[in-house]
Amino acid sequence: MLDRGALPRKTGRVDDDRMTRTLFAKLWDPHVVADLGEGWSLLHIDRVLLHDLSGARALAEVAAAGHALARPDLVFATPDHAISTAPGRTGETFPGGAAPLAGLRQRARETGIRLFDLGQPGQGIVHVMAPELAIVLPGTTLVCGDSHTCTNGGVGALAFGIGASELSHVLATQTLMQRRPRAMRIRFEGTLPPGVTAKDMILHAIGRFGTAGGTGFAVEYAGAAVRALPLEARLTLCNLSIELGAKMGLIAPDETTYAYLAGRRFAPRGAAWDAALADWRRLPSDPDAAFDADHWIEAGDIAPQVTWGTSPEQVLPITGRIPAPASAADRAALDYMGLEAGRPIEGTKVDWVFIGSCTNSRLSDLRDAAAMLRGRRVAPHVTAWVVPGSETVKREAEAEGLDRAFLAAGFAWREPGCSLCVAANGETVPPGARSVSTSNRNFVGRQGTGARTHLASPAMAAAAALAGAITDPRRA
Amino acid sequence: MQPFTTVTGLAAPLMWANVDTDMIIPVQRLVGSTRDGLGPYGFERFRGRPDFPLDQPPFAGAPILLAGENFGCGSSREGAVWTLMGMGLRCVIAPSFGDIFHANCFQNGLLPVRLPLGMIRRIAEAMEASPGNARVTLDLGRQEVVTPWGEALPFAIDARKKQALLEGLDDIALTRQREAEILAWQARDSAARPWAWDSVAG
Repeated sequence: MLDRGALPRKTGRVDDDRMTRTLFAKLWDPHVVADLGEGWSLLHIDRVLLHDLSGARALAEVAAAGHALARPDLVFATPDHAISTAPGRTGETFPGGAAPLAGLRQRARETGIRLFDLGQPGQGIVHVMAPELAIVLPGTTLVCGDSHTCTNGGVGALAFGIGASELSHVLATQTLMQRRPRAMRIRFEGTLPPGVTAKDMILHAIGRFGTAGGTGFAVEYAGAAVRALPLEARLTLCNLSIELGAKMGLIAPDETTYAYLAGRRFAPRGAAWDAALADWRRLPSDPDAAFDADHWIEAGDIAPQVTWGTSPEQVLPITGRIPAPASAADRAALDYMGLEAGRPIEGTKVDWVFIGSCTNSRLSDLRDAAAMLRGRRVAPHVTAWVVPGSETVKREAEAEGLDRAFLAAGFAWREPGCSLCVAANGETVPPGARSVSTSNRNFVGRQGTGARTHLASPAMAAAAALAGAITDPRRA
Repeated sequence: MQPFTTVTGLAAPLMWANVDTDMIIPVQRLVGSTRDGLGPYGFERFRGRPDFPLDQPPFAGAPILLAGENFGCGSSREGAVWTLMGMGLRCVIAPSFGDIFHANCFQNGLLPVRLPLGMIRRIAEAMEASPGNARVTLDLGRQEVVTPWGEALPFAIDARKKQALLEGLDDIALTRQREAEILAWQARDSAARPWAWDSVAG
C-alpha cells in the first residue's frame, strides 16, 4: 500500500536501498512529490499545526499574499505560547497575546481550519495536542512553526519545525522544499535503572554528542530501552532532538504506539484502522538498514540528569560535581548560573520549580511528579507551578485527584499553555532566581531576564520543590 | 525576497559558539511584531558589553557577520533572520549553522556561508587589526569570499538556492507551477492510504 509509484530515483545513499531501508527513508521517500535535484525534494505535508504566534502570523501573511489555503482540512490550530495560564484566564489575561489570538480565531473562521480554543478539549501545547487527538499518525509528515515539532516523531511520523516563510509555503501548497537529511540512529540498549526517565536519556545523549551532534540528521531512537518506553515518554525523548541539533527525531511505531492511538479523536476507525495498521507495521527500519551515523548508549549507565549551564549540553548526572570550565563559554555559563566549579550539583538551593512544557506536561509526567509528594510540602522559599499540557491532561489529572495533591503540597495548579518554558506570556522566573524546570531550554534569559534554569525530569523537579534544593529523586 | 549578488563591507567578529535565536531576538519582542522593525532589538541584552561589537563603531551596521560554530541553533523563529537583516546584515559566515535558521536565511536573502573556523578567525583578526579599513567581499555568483588580504576563498552552496538568491525568487510561486503534480500525488495517496485522509475529513 505504501508503494505508490512516487519513489525517487536511487541516489546511491546507504539508506536508499529499497530492500534495507531505515524508518526515516520509509517516511521520506513516499512523500516526495518531485525530485528537485542535489538532494532536494518537494515533500508532501500531511498535517500542519498552528499556534498563536507563528500560526496566526502565517495565516495573515498567506492571506496578504493573496493565496488560499491548499488543504484547510489538514491544518489544526490551538493557542499556547502567548496566553496566560493563570486560573480563570481568558484570551485577554495576558494583554500582549490578545491580538495574536484574535487573529488566529478570525483566520480560523475564515479558512475553516480546526481551532481548539481556550477551555475546549484539545486546546493545549501544540505538541501535546497533536498526539493526544491522533492528528499525527505513524507514516505521516507534519510541520509546525515551532522547533519542538520533532516531539511528534515519537509516534513514528516525520515531524519537524520550520520558519515562518516555509510555513506560509506549506499553507499555500501543502508541500515543502526540503533537503534530505542524513540518517542517524541512537540505540539505547539494556534496561533503564529505576528512577531514570526518558528526559534523562535524551539529556545524557545531548551531553555526550553536544548541541550540534545531530545537525543535518534525522535521528531515530531505537534499542530495547526505547521499545520499553510508554508512548508519552517517547514524545519526551523526541522533544529534545532539536537540542541535539536535529530537526527530526523519530521512533518506530509498535504495539505501544497503536494501543495509544486507538480510539483517539482523529485516529482511523474500523476497516481504515486495519489498513493503517498494515501500513504502519512496515515502517520500522529493516534489520540490516545502514545509517549515516550509528551510536550506542548503555541505558543501565544513565543516572538522573540535570543541567548546570546555559546550554542543554552542559549537563551532568545528579551525583556529579560542577565541572571546571573548559572554555570562555563555560566560565560565562557558571557566572550566569551563580555556580562554583567543583561543588556537587546536588544541594544547590532552588527558588522556583516549573513542571510543564511540550517536553514534560502529559498525564504520566504529572503522575511521576505527584508520586514524589507523599504528603510532604513544597519548601517555604520555593514557588512551584504545575502547568498541564492540555485541557484534556488537566481534566484527566483532576479526575484522579492530582490537582488536589499538588495544591495540598503547595504547588500552583494552572491552565494549559507554554507558560514558563517560553516566557512569552507575561509569566517569568524573576531575575537571579534559580529554577528547576521540566522544559527543554536553559538558555540565558529563556525563563525571564536573569533567570537561572536547570533542566530536569518531572520527578527531579518535584523533589527539588520539596527539598528546596536540587535533589536526587531516587532518594527523595 | 531581497536578491543577493555581491556585498563588500565590514565583517563584524562575533566569535561565540552556539549563538541561539533567543540571543538574537527574545520571544517577547516577537509577540505582535512585524517583520520590519526588529533590528533595534537585535542582541538586546548584549548591547553595551565590551565584547559585543555590533552596537558600536566601527562594526555597527556592518553587512557581514563572522560567527562561531552552530550559529542560529534553538528556536525556529524566523524573526532571528528578520532581526539580523534589520541590523543591516546581508551575510553570516560561520563554521556551522542550526538547520532551521539556515533554511530561514534563504527565505529572506540573508546569505549563510560555511567556512572553516580557523579561516573565520583569521578574517576576524584581520578585521580587528585594521578596524574600519579592512573589507570583506561576498560574491555569490563566483561563490567566493574575498578576505581583507585579497585571498578568494571558495564556498559551497546548492545551485537552486544560489539561483533563488541571485534572482530573489519566491518559493511559493515556483511550487505553484507544480500544482498538477501535487494534486496527482494527493489523488494517488488518498487512494493508497485512505486512512491518512479520511480520519481528518471535515
